[in-house]
Amino acid sequence: MYEKYRYLPSGDNGIIIEIGSKISEEINGKVRGLTLCIENEKPEGVLEIIPTYTSILIIYDPVIVSYYDLLKKLKEIEKRMKEITLPAPEVVHIPTCYGGEYGMDLEYVAEYNELRPEEVIKIHSERQYLVYMLGFTPGFPYLGGMSKKIATPRLESPREKILGGSVGIAGNQTGIYPIDSPGGWRIIGRTPLNFFDPSKNPPVLLKAGQYIKFDPIDKEEYELIKKQVERKEYTVKKSRLKRGDFNE
Amino acid sequence: MSSLKIINSGLLTTIQDYGRVGYGQYGVPAAGVMDRLAMQLANILVDNDRYEAVLEMTMMGLSFKADGNMAIAITGADMFPTVNGKKVNLYETIYLNNGDILECSYAQSGCRAYLAVAGGFDLPKVMGSKSTYLRGKIGGLNGNKIQKGDILKINPKNGKEYFGIRKIPEDMIPRYKNEITARVILGPEVDYFTKNGMETFLSSEYVLTDQCDRMGYRLEGPRIEHEKGSDIISNGINFGAIQIPGHGCPIIMMADRQTTGGYTKIANVITVDLPFLAQLKPGDRVKFEKIDIEEAQNLIKKQEKNLLNLINDFKTSLINTVGTMRNFKINVNGKKYNLSVQEIKES
Repeated sequence: MYEKYRYLPSGDNGIIIEIGSKISEEINGKVRGLTLCIENEKPEGVLEIIPTYTSILIIYDPVIVSYYDLLKKLKEIEKRMKEITLPAPEVVHIPTCYGGEYGMDLEYVAEYNELRPEEVIKIHSERQYLVYMLGFTPGFPYLGGMSKKIATPRLESPREKILGGSVGIAGNQTGIYPIDSPGGWRIIGRTPLNFFDPSKNPPVLLKAGQYIKFDPIDKEEYELIKKQVERKEYTVKKSRLKRGDFNE
Repeated sequence: MSSLKIINSGLLTTIQDYGRVGYGQYGVPAAGVMDRLAMQLANILVDNDRYEAVLEMTMMGLSFKADGNMAIAITGADMFPTVNGKKVNLYETIYLNNGDILECSYAQSGCRAYLAVAGGFDLPKVMGSKSTYLRGKIGGLNGNKIQKGDILKINPKNGKEYFGIRKIPEDMIPRYKNEITARVILGPEVDYFTKNGMETFLSSEYVLTDQCDRMGYRLEGPRIEHEKGSDIISNGINFGAIQIPGHGCPIIMMADRQTTGGYTKIANVITVDLPFLAQLKPGDRVKFEKIDIEEAQNLIKKQEKNLLNLINDFKTSLINTVGTMRNFKINVNGKKYNLSVQEIKES
C-alpha cells in the first residue's frame, strides 16, 4: 500500500486513485472503503465510479466540476475515510452442483492434483473468495484466494461455449462465467443463480468487495433452485464475513 | 405511429445514444455513439433532446421507406443521402412524407453518419440507455444491428411546435480529414515508458489498421519503448485511452471498450478530439500532441456553450402551433411541391 494515494489523470474527464501496487485483500479493502465513501458523498459532477484491484477510476463531467476542484474534494473524502469504520464485508452464498454434466472437468482437476473428486469439492467450497472487481464481461467476478492444492492449467484449446453459471479453475484462480461465452477454464461445477440480468437494477448479482462462498448442492437441489430463480422466487443467501475469516 | 421500414441495412448500422453511465462498476461496457458531437447536432436539428438515440451508420449507409410523415436530420460522414433519388443536405432538417425513400451510399469524407428522427425511436431503455452493445446483445432493436426488413417505430413528437428547417451554421460543421492531430492528456501510466518511448509517441505518425471497430483502433507505426514492462494490475479504462501493449503500437479504446484492462495507458485523447478520431477510416493517419487538462476542459466548456447557444437560437425562433401537421402535394406551373400546413396559435 502506498503511504500517499496516487491521483492520476485519465483523460480530461477521469481520475484514477491508486491505493497500492500489488494484489492483496488489504489494499482491495481500502479500495472498497474509499469507493463507499465517494458513493455516499457523491461529489457534484461525478458520473461513474469503477473500483478495481488496487485503484478506482472516477469519470466526471468537466462542465460541472473542474479537475482541480474534484481532486481537492476527493482528497478531503480520503482524509475523512480514515475516521470511519466499515461494516464487515458481505458473503454471498453460491449454491453449486459439482461434477457430472455440470462439472465435466472435476475428474481431471482431481487427477491432475492427485486428489479424489470429493477432496477437490471440499477444498474449493470451504474457502471464501474476495470479489476483487467486476470486468471482462458483464458481471464477471475477479476472485482471489484459491488454494494452490487444486490449481490446474487452462484447456489448451478453449471451448466454444461455456454455459452461464459454470464454475471453473484456471491456474491459480477460480471464477464463474456470468453469461454463456467461449472459454478455456476447467469447469468443475455449475450454479443455478443468474449473475447478469439487464432488466434488474443493479443488473449483476455480485459487487466488488463482497466475498463469495460456494455451497455444494446435489442435482435435485440444483433443479429446484433453478426453477425458483426462473420464477424470481429465490432469495440469495448472504451473511457477514467474520473476523479471522480472511484467507492468508 | 410513424416508422422507418428498412430496405437496406448498410454495412453496420446500430441504434446508439450517449451510452450507459454508471454500469462500468458491474463490468458493463458503456457503448453509445462513437461521435458524440455529430449525435448532438443531429438531435438539435429535429428539436430532440441532445442525447436521444440516433442511427449510427458505418462506411456505407442504410436505406429506408418512411411510413408516415416525419422530420429527420443527418450529420457526420457524408454518405450522399438522397430522398426519392434527389440529393438532400447534411446538417439541416429534412421533412419526409409518407412513402418517401431515403437512400445513403458510401462515405466519402468521414466514416460514421448519424440519423436522428424527431420524437426519437420507440425503443426500451436497457440499463438507462437505448444503445446497442452487440457483443452483449443488449439494447437497440433486440440487441442486434439493423437488418433489412426491420421496422423502427418513432415516438410521436411531443409539443405542437413547428420547428421549421434548421441549419447548423457553417463554422459549427466538423470537417473531416485523412490526417489528424489528436490532442492527448498524458497518463495514467506515464512512468512505465522510457524518455525515448515518450518522444516516439509524441513525434511519430501512426496509421489506422483495418483492425478497428467500435471497441478499439489498432494503429501501426514506430514502436513505443517501455521502461517497466507493458502489463499492469488491471484498472479502469476511459473513452479514448491509448493502450500500449508489449508490441509497442497504440490501441485506442473506443465506445464498446471493456471496462477494465491490464495494458499500460500512455495517454488519453481529449473529449473534443474524439469525434474526429471516430470519423477515421483504415489507412488514415494520426499524430498525438499533448495538452494540459485545464486547456482540454476549457475546450469542452466552449463546445458546450456553443451547443447551448445554438439550441437557444433555434428555440427562440419556434412558432407555437395547434393541431397536427397536414401534408399536401401541389402542382404549380408543372412543378411538384410538398406542402406542410399547420395552424398557428394566436398569442
